[in-house]
Amino acid sequence: MVPDVRGASLTALAEGVAAGKWKSRDLVETYLDRIGRLDPKLGCFLLVDHEGARRAADAVDRKIAAGEAVGPLGGVPIGLKDIYVTRGIETTAGSKILKGFIPPYESTASGRLAAAGAISLGKINMDEFAMGSSNENSAFHPVHNPWDLERVPGGSSGGSAAAVAASLCAGTLGTDTGGSIRQPASLCGVVGVKPTYGRVSRYGVIAFASSLDHPGPFGRTVEDAAALLEVIAGHDPMDSTSIPQPVGRYRQASKAGLAGMRVGVPREYFGAGMAPEVEAAVRAALDEIGRAGANLVPVSLPHTEYAIATYYLICTAEASSNLARYDGVRYGHRTAEAGTLEELYAKTRGEGFGAEPKRRIVLGTYVLRAGYYEAYYGKALRVRRLIADDFEAAFEKCDVLVTPTSPTPAFKLGERAADPLQMYLADIYTVAPPLAGVPALSQCCGFTGAGLPIGLQTIGPPLGEEAVFRIAGAYEARTEWHKRLPKDPA
Amino acid sequence: MPRINPEEVREIAALARLRLDEAEVERLTHELDGILGYIETVKGLDTANVSPMTHAVPFDCPTRPDQVRQSLTIDEALQNAPRRRENVFEVPRIVPGTGGA
Repeated sequence: MVPDVRGASLTALAEGVAAGKWKSRDLVETYLDRIGRLDPKLGCFLLVDHEGARRAADAVDRKIAAGEAVGPLGGVPIGLKDIYVTRGIETTAGSKILKGFIPPYESTASGRLAAAGAISLGKINMDEFAMGSSNENSAFHPVHNPWDLERVPGGSSGGSAAAVAASLCAGTLGTDTGGSIRQPASLCGVVGVKPTYGRVSRYGVIAFASSLDHPGPFGRTVEDAAALLEVIAGHDPMDSTSIPQPVGRYRQASKAGLAGMRVGVPREYFGAGMAPEVEAAVRAALDEIGRAGANLVPVSLPHTEYAIATYYLICTAEASSNLARYDGVRYGHRTAEAGTLEELYAKTRGEGFGAEPKRRIVLGTYVLRAGYYEAYYGKALRVRRLIADDFEAAFEKCDVLVTPTSPTPAFKLGERAADPLQMYLADIYTVAPPLAGVPALSQCCGFTGAGLPIGLQTIGPPLGEEAVFRIAGAYEARTEWHKRLPKDPA
Repeated sequence: MPRINPEEVREIAALARLRLDEAEVERLTHELDGILGYIETVKGLDTANVSPMTHAVPFDCPTRPDQVRQSLTIDEALQNAPRRRENVFEVPRIVPGTGGA
């Protein structure tokens, strides 16, 4: 028997494989068929690994037949943002400068998924080096939002969010530096989780801004995202910033209910610029969370207005440093003709990077330059402290914060592409949690009149993932939004 | 008064080893002027008594025993090199008159 995978939950599919109700190979063929038919219109995948997925699925099926254990995600098809390096499988980070790069090693997170039995269907489209909020900065092709093909899926993990929304795989991994998991989750109506900084190893995740990069999962349901996070989280000796504390019981928390929890509502997250339909949906969700038994507490995060400027100062400084490694010598693109080493570097980088990485390299180099360093980068590090202190003070009054994820629903392809500053300003509700390193989740809390999803963000204190999953799971259990599916593109 | 001019953009791009054509310099000058104007909002904030925050989560720099472990083989390390010569990455001549490629 083959289940209908459209809208299927990853945890339900895994249980069916483990119980022998269906074969992993049949799930893989069903998703590969959907990708073959639908992805030409959506653009989620950069590489589909048909044969690798079939081999891995057959191996799971053989183990099941032999009565062996297959792991908590045994036989379930997933997809990886193309920022996770995969041994022997081309990895580009959405950039022409890495076209053709075949990594000789595997990222910790993707390796843990495979060890838990998950089957990777391939590599997923993204904004180049995770820089963007619309997926239009992919060097290869844009991604279309499954709810409206003329609109963006968000970014930078736009392909990962759209692939889950369109049921092209049962779950995906993305990365979040300033909102790159939560904002596309919001725009595509799925669940996306940015865990605490260091909760998931960054080993083998191509670096954008190292002090802000957070690997994390996308799922159709809160429990699906929790199941993926339980597998990929945990200490890794290969990442010295990874956290040694034991991993929480996120799936259990997603079903634990929220009675008695204190939910902070930060007034700065309900300001000008928010679409009226977004505000109405988020306020209705807060009412629902209150009716479920939480106490709503007004709080303030007074430095919120400085978060975007602080974020762009720090992330561009770190990006300009991280992207120095692309030099045409060891891997990736190399210019055809260069007389000197200097020329080799400059021409290779000028040819290989797209417009957004170039913009951020130049801005980052500018703010780190001698004489400017303290006024820009040094200042930003101090303001970052104030932003983190805001969260610490708020969490003395509440267990979690609930806010909108994005001030608007999905916008049209091309609508904001010409104005980078306007694109940056749309990150207003997502940039502060990564600066503070605190966990945050986005889930669907309604639809606009035009049928576009609206996202609700729950933010917890450091290592407060279980509190976040309690709120998100309880809200999901009381609402039907997560059950609504986009039509398959014709 | 613009915050940044094309000459500065060219200087910064040279520091970043990034070749830009004139159209890119012109566009970046305009875009960075707008972005820097916005970013300057942080300058008005008093941070005299605030210590810089370099990591979201405080941690001690961990150490590990200094043991010989398996790492990439030479072939693995060189497999993606655009140009390889025997067991090394090949680059253009660095110092004039010393031979090399």
